[in-house]
Amino acid sequence: MTRNLILGTALSSMVLLAAAVSFLWTPFDHAAMNIPAKLQTPNAQHWLGTDHFGRDLMSMIMVGARTSIAVALVAVGIGMGAGVPLGLAAAARKGSWLDELIMRGNDLVFAFPSLVIAILITAVLGAGAVNAIIAIGIFNIPVFARITRGAALSLWEREFILAARVAGKGAARISAEHILPNVMNLLIVQGTIQFSLGILAEAGLSYVGLGAQPPTPSWGRMLADAQTMVSFAPHLALVPGMAIILTVLGLNLLGDGLRDYLDPKLRVARA
Amino acid sequence: MGFKSFVFAASSALALMAGGAWAKDSVTIGLQLEPPHLDPTSAAAQAIDSVVYSNIFEGLTRFMGDGSVVPGLAESWEISGDGTIYTFKLREGVTFHDGSTMDAEDVKFSLDRARAEDSTNAQKALFEGITAVEAVDPQTVQITLEAPQGSLLFNLAWGDAVIVAPESIESIKTNPVGTGAYTFQEWVQGDRITLARNPDYWGEQPALTSATFKFISDPTAAFAAMMAEDIDAFDNFPAPENLPQFDADPRFQVLVGSTEGETILSTNNKQPPFDDIRVRQAMAHAIDRQAIIDGAMFGYGTPIGTHFAPHNPAYKDLTGKSAYDPDQAKALLAEAGFPDGFETTLHLPPPSYARRGGEIVAAQLAAVGIKAEIINVEWAQWLESVFRGKSFGLTIISHTEPMDIGIYARPEYYFQYDSKPFQELMAKLTATTDADARAAILQKAQEMISADYVNGYLFQLAKLGVAKAGLQGLWENAPTAAIDLSALSWTE
Repeated sequence: MTRNLILGTALSSMVLLAAAVSFLWTPFDHAAMNIPAKLQTPNAQHWLGTDHFGRDLMSMIMVGARTSIAVALVAVGIGMGAGVPLGLAAAARKGSWLDELIMRGNDLVFAFPSLVIAILITAVLGAGAVNAIIAIGIFNIPVFARITRGAALSLWEREFILAARVAGKGAARISAEHILPNVMNLLIVQGTIQFSLGILAEAGLSYVGLGAQPPTPSWGRMLADAQTMVSFAPHLALVPGMAIILTVLGLNLLGDGLRDYLDPKLRVARA
Repeated sequence: MGFKSFVFAASSALALMAGGAWAKDSVTIGLQLEPPHLDPTSAAAQAIDSVVYSNIFEGLTRFMGDGSVVPGLAESWEISGDGTIYTFKLREGVTFHDGSTMDAEDVKFSLDRARAEDSTNAQKALFEGITAVEAVDPQTVQITLEAPQGSLLFNLAWGDAVIVAPESIESIKTNPVGTGAYTFQEWVQGDRITLARNPDYWGEQPALTSATFKFISDPTAAFAAMMAEDIDAFDNFPAPENLPQFDADPRFQVLVGSTEGETILSTNNKQPPFDDIRVRQAMAHAIDRQAIIDGAMFGYGTPIGTHFAPHNPAYKDLTGKSAYDPDQAKALLAEAGFPDGFETTLHLPPPSYARRGGEIVAAQLAAVGIKAEIINVEWAQWLESVFRGKSFGLTIISHTEPMDIGIYARPEYYFQYDSKPFQELMAKLTATTDADARAAILQKAQEMISADYVNGYLFQLAKLGVAKAGLQGLWENAPTAAIDLSALSWTE
């Protein structure tokens, strides 16, 4: 276990835990307004203070973690669910029209600046968490397709695949039974990275008002709401800002750590 | 040049620069919205009036900062015995910025254009009672009314009734030519509009030689620009939360006044379940106005119980009719057949009174069981789907036109209140010229819409002006959207 992995796991599980606990318990009702108690700095009652409506920031951060994780997780799911089969298919039919079609399609999606297009998609479909998921998910597809194809191509050259072909297995079966398990490590690492990017993208969309709509709390919108109050209530921006930073940092460290841990070459070195 | 003389030269140059800075004779004013064009007679956009009203264009009468109506281009007027003929005497020696004289023909042209069948004037109702406008001689205009109309002089003071010239009407939207104390200089789209003092102005020469309107839509950027002293004043500062900071800073002055903006929870009266008065009454009792004013506006704003400005002498305080009482709201909902509440939509345009106020309203409605789904919209979208399309349940909007209770007499108006007695009352108001009788009718009208719970009446929007300490003459209140540049000056 490397230091990255430990720190990354710790930070990531803290966020996951906060989100999980929020289903059962939060210090206050995250949507309950108490305007006379607005803009409190962190204190014994409100651990992270209160916002401009007197809502408890700790509770909002916990429920907001749920929104971020849900959006990012489903978006990664969409990316993997569509991207991995496409990548496997492209590798299995290397050089064919299918490979060309998939990879040029990938290039097309890659060519667009992802967050800008995500804003466009949510602006057209309407703001909301579901549309944010779709917008972020679409841009995850080519990432997974490309990484799967790249890894799969080198595997197709290996002897054990040749053996499988000699044994009479078709391309689809080989892809599922031999290629996929061998690219899994790579996908897990990439998934972690994409997960953190998804959280950033969700925060970005919410910041411009296109993510989850009120009263569903969202870290990005909390930041946007805090903007005009930074000069006299900096904790309003610091709290969601730190939540985003620590989550993204944690997931990136986890991704790095996992790559080192799962890499067969390094595993040999450790042994 | 020796060292000493260099120091001397440098310091005198500095002194000169400092001297220049002291004798300041221009002003830069921040506005949140950029006008779509500069013709006040063909659009409702407030931003147009902010720039041009009384600066570039003038009407026969005009508003002062305290809301009073005083002579403008008309020096005086006479009203016939039966109250149907107004004879205006125009000022002598008034010229448009292009040098042509302003005479009775221009007045006739302007008013006829505004009230024409194909006119695009945003406030055509202002001119409805006029049957004829005649130029008796170059200095005299006669306006004939269908019936006596108490509000004519008030109506003619609106930015929508300013006098324009037929010669320059083609390019009015980009190059406005009026009679005002300032002439249009330059418009850098997306950034600023510059005006310069009109040396040929008929009235007193204003103190400032030039003025720049700078458009800053983002509240954070507006705050930064004020703090950096890049702009001298912000007409209506978009972030009320920042006012205490300006107040505490000796470099600035804060002017809190009133506007004509009744901020209401506009309700689609034709859409079930809002066609049931008990539902509307329940919503009225579910809303805690003070919480909205404190939470959304940081305490700036006056609670209202009807669609009328509290600073108007005819205002009647009816807030007690819709006092905050969630239990009564629940009882009324149950009586109307919604013991568990219902679902609806809440469309919110961009200003913070709507976006923040909307979050609070949604939470308050949720407390009595009404689930209002918040839909944030941009202005264009709001105009399209709510104002014109009427496809909404609830929306929050500030009606900033002065004395606009008459909109309740228009059944096709977007909140679709259709009440024969109210329409008759408004017809009676139009025909009444006596001030006391008018006030009595206006009070009755306020009571009527309050008793029908047409909309949720929230608060009167405050005008939150911020300016550098030395700037004098800014309007504290906003009887109409206007920034009267000729009243401005700098103190040493």
